Amino acid sequence: MSIESKTLQPEELQAVVIRFVGDSGDGMQLTGTQFSDTSAMFGNDIATFPNYPSEIRAPQGSLYGVSGFQVHIGSVEVSTPGDSVDLLVAMNPAALKTNLYALKPGHTIIVDKDSFNKKNLEKAFYTTNPLEDGSLEGYRVIEVDMSTLTKEALKDVAGLDNKAITRSKNMFALGMVYWMYNRSTDHTVDFFNKKFKNKPELVEANTKVLNAGFYFAETLELIPNSFTVSPAKMKPGTYRIIMGNTATAWGLLAASEKSGLELFLGSYPITPATDILHELVKHKHFGVKAFQAEDEIAGITSAIGAAFAGDLAITTTSGPGLALKGEALGLAMMIELPLVVINVQRGGPSTGLPTKTEQSDLLQAMYGRNGESPVIVIAAGTPADCFNFAYEAARLALEHMTPVVLLTDGYIANGSAPWKIKSVAEMPEIKNRKVTKAVENWHPYNRDPKTLARDWAVPGTPGLEHRVGGLEKDSVTGDVNYVPENHQVMTNTRAEKIKRVQDNIPDLKVEYAQEGDLLVVGWGGTYGTLHSAVKEITEEGYKNIGFAHFNYINPMPKNTEEVFKKFKKIIVCELNSGQFAFILRANFGKFDFQQINKVQGLPFSNDELIQKFKQLL
Amino acid sequence: MEATAVKKYTYKDFVSDQEVRWCPGCDDYVILNSMQKALPEMGVEKENVVFVSGIGCSSRFPYYMNTYGVHSIHGRAPGIASGVKLANPNLSVWIITGDGDAMAIGGNHFIHVLRRNIDLNIVLFNNEIYGLTKGQFSPTSLVGQKTKSSPYGNTQPPFSPGELALGANARFYARIGGNNPKAMTQIFIEAHRFKGTSLIEVLQNCVIFNDGCFTDVTDKEVKDDRQIYLEHGKPMIFGKNSEKGLVLKGLKLEVVIIGENGITEKDLLVHDAKEKDPTLHQMLVRLEYPIATGIIRAFDDVTLEEREDELTKKIKANSKYKKTDDLFFSGETYEVK
Ligand SMILES: Cc1ncc(C[n+]2csc(CCOP(=O)(O)OP(=O)(O)O)c2C)c(N)n1
Ligand code: SF4
Ligand SMILES: [Mg+2]
Repeated sequence: MSIESKTLQPEELQAVVIRFVGDSGDGMQLTGTQFSDTSAMFGNDIATFPNYPSEIRAPQGSLYGVSGFQVHIGSVEVSTPGDSVDLLVAMNPAALKTNLYALKPGHTIIVDKDSFNKKNLEKAFYTTNPLEDGSLEGYRVIEVDMSTLTKEALKDVAGLDNKAITRSKNMFALGMVYWMYNRSTDHTVDFFNKKFKNKPELVEANTKVLNAGFYFAETLELIPNSFTVSPAKMKPGTYRIIMGNTATAWGLLAASEKSGLELFLGSYPITPATDILHELVKHKHFGVKAFQAEDEIAGITSAIGAAFAGDLAITTTSGPGLALKGEALGLAMMIELPLVVINVQRGGPSTGLPTKTEQSDLLQAMYGRNGESPVIVIAAGTPADCFNFAYEAARLALEHMTPVVLLTDGYIANGSAPWKIKSVAEMPEIKNRKVTKAVENWHPYNRDPKTLARDWAVPGTPGLEHRVGGLEKDSVTGDVNYVPENHQVMTNTRAEKIKRVQDNIPDLKVEYAQEGDLLVVGWGGTYGTLHSAVKEITEEGYKNIGFAHFNYINPMPKNTEEVFKKFKKIIVCELNSGQFAFILRANFGKFDFQQINKVQGLPFSNDELIQKFKQLL
Repeated sequence: MEATAVKKYTYKDFVSDQEVRWCPGCDDYVILNSMQKALPEMGVEKENVVFVSGIGCSSRFPYYMNTYGVHSIHGRAPGIASGVKLANPNLSVWIITGDGDAMAIGGNHFIHVLRRNIDLNIVLFNNEIYGLTKGQFSPTSLVGQKTKSSPYGNTQPPFSPGELALGANARFYARIGGNNPKAMTQIFIEAHRFKGTSLIEVLQNCVIFNDGCFTDVTDKEVKDDRQIYLEHGKPMIFGKNSEKGLVLKGLKLEVVIIGENGITEKDLLVHDAKEKDPTLHQMLVRLEYPIATGIIRAFDDVTLEEREDELTKKIKANSKYKKTDDLFFSGETYEVK
């Protein structure tokens, strides 16, 4: 059974940000995912971001055990999970305390009043009950005896223990929010039917509680009106909601199928990159060979071995792991093998802020190796974009016989958004440099004259037996060679090879003003926040601000300088102290690059960006 | 690719065009020649052989073999070799490593590669010294050993490679003197045939920085008395005139003289390399007199790639996903018109 709301004439909103927060055990991730999936299927554009506690099993009711899920839905394009919140659903005092800061003044809080008991208030270090002491006066508070009402709704369902009953109160909250935003419960009821296929009592219980919440909201005078967010204008097609890390994994699967090469992953678990490993290990049916190694070094070296033997080889990690991989990455560069290295950046330095986001590994990716060892560096901009850039990393590695470092970050890796599903048939061709037959006078460092990519002869090919290694090699024969002039030639060749990748990547695009006063420059995972800030300020009437976002960092697109020339001022925005600005200055010294930087483990907020842009206009 | 194939190659087919650059008199030459002699006997196609090394004098080895090869980075050959083998299980993959390469910088990879039991072969050149960097002590150098980095004598107690390997669940372990090419060749062939990770420790003399480190066991004059060469299924006999043997007394191996105190050949232990329980293999590895050589352990076990292959076949057969499109368009999708 499912229901539709028909009562009031709902108020139309363009976009809404809702945050569901509760104890780790309260099922907030599920609640949030259900709401965002339902909204996406309704046609909204969405962006979501989870916020888990870093403790695996934090004590119940504690401040650090709070788990949250934020969703931004819109009838207009939505490119970030949103800064401040329109509706906060807080399942206990700790959740209220840790999240109230994000709620816009005057906006709504729904709380489970039952959970505001002495014990939980103490655990959240409240000396007085915020529901009674007037501290929430500036907000609209909807107090609901959710635990009691859930129990009441379930009194006739047989076969449920106490735990199952308390666990379903999140569905009461979800039911209420569905009513408030004029959403159908269909999708969630379908979900129960699938998830609890063999446990009909749980299907019944969860559906009952969901509906109870829905009806409760409808009849409750405390909620004077409901809202609606109309479908967004999106390109027609088949969509799904995808998380950045999943998109990365799937981009690799697509590249493997398109190139006809088997996928090999060598990896060692590390937050926030592990979900790529988790995803790829599932896909043995596609012949994926996922190897969990003893450390990051073995992760990359096993991938190098697989690349030598002819597979599409991948290694995935985060900052500290990339540091460990440095020496081996230099080897892969030296022996010129195709290898995709994915770094899902997190807050650094050292162990840093494992669950927070940052863009501070850019210089490590560019230069974090001994000797002169250029590699391709690219970065994905949004969760769904991770699919394209993982695919692109594989394409470039194979076509140019080089390691490619793909940078994503915790923000886009864990965030999710609608993805217009791409069939492998629509993806660009991937060539590779394999030589399958013995050739007279063949040398392993024979190169394509255009790209300088060397030949790829894999073990098992008769007549092409050869040795590669980390020692400098003769530019013609590939044999070990320490001659000074030869080293210079090889150093130049390796650099030139990466430079020529420019011929195989798209131009830098400018959004909004194509020329004018201010060019906003970003790279990687800040695309969403920068884009929405530029969009907003443009809509306010500033018509002279352009936005150029880099996905290709080494090499940069050919037209980069042309783009810079068209603006009076350039501001480089990044979640570090100015690493990309540093690279830009080194390459385009005649321009003046201003900076917006933030190193707090957090994404940019719309307001801070807009404020700074305005100062420059 | 097994030995039944016609013998296609000779020793020369495996000699590369690169000039060998080890010090004259180094045991590394013996190992190279033994390998080049063993390969034609294995019946494996030349293009299916891959040598992967780390860094060290020993690790120059792949350059001298006319096969596929990777001279990689210090200590990391096990990772690279594992990747090669998992990518293409038809290959015969060899890791070439030194005592420092395998047990200092590469110690972690060394124990894990043994634990996993991928069908790889490891040749460990143990010269109880860092050769390439000109003579520092290694994790197998003896206490008191004077080296460039221990001028007053080494104070760090060593690993025994065999003990370490068995502790890491090595399925195949052999030890052989660096001056015994005949036995070494045979052991290489056996290692190739063995399904699983094989470790061959060569007691390798470094004429420059640790000359004579094994002469008290490997020297022609003393070797028959100081070494026992173990063969599966044969009684544990040694000595110039095969007059000595090993028995188990309590929890210790003991040397006995055949004919003395009524001891006959029948009383001696019979070597069982294939036994799963490594207790006796450990005792043989630890024995100081005589030093055990030959194939000490060769326990047949399932390999990692066999397990992976079985799983993959089963999953492929039962999966509804044949192409990535099947996955991408499955589950929770929705249409935007
Ligand atoms: C990362 C790194 N650290 C140190 C070295 C220097 N190095 C090269 S070989 C070696 C020791 C080699 O000893 P061993 O493995 O016993 O090989 P041998 O030369 O004795 O055959 C060292 C310390 C290096 N090449 N790379
Ligand atoms: S230094 Fe020692 S190990 Fe190295 S080549 Fe010379 S003799 Fe052999
Ligand atoms: Mg050594």
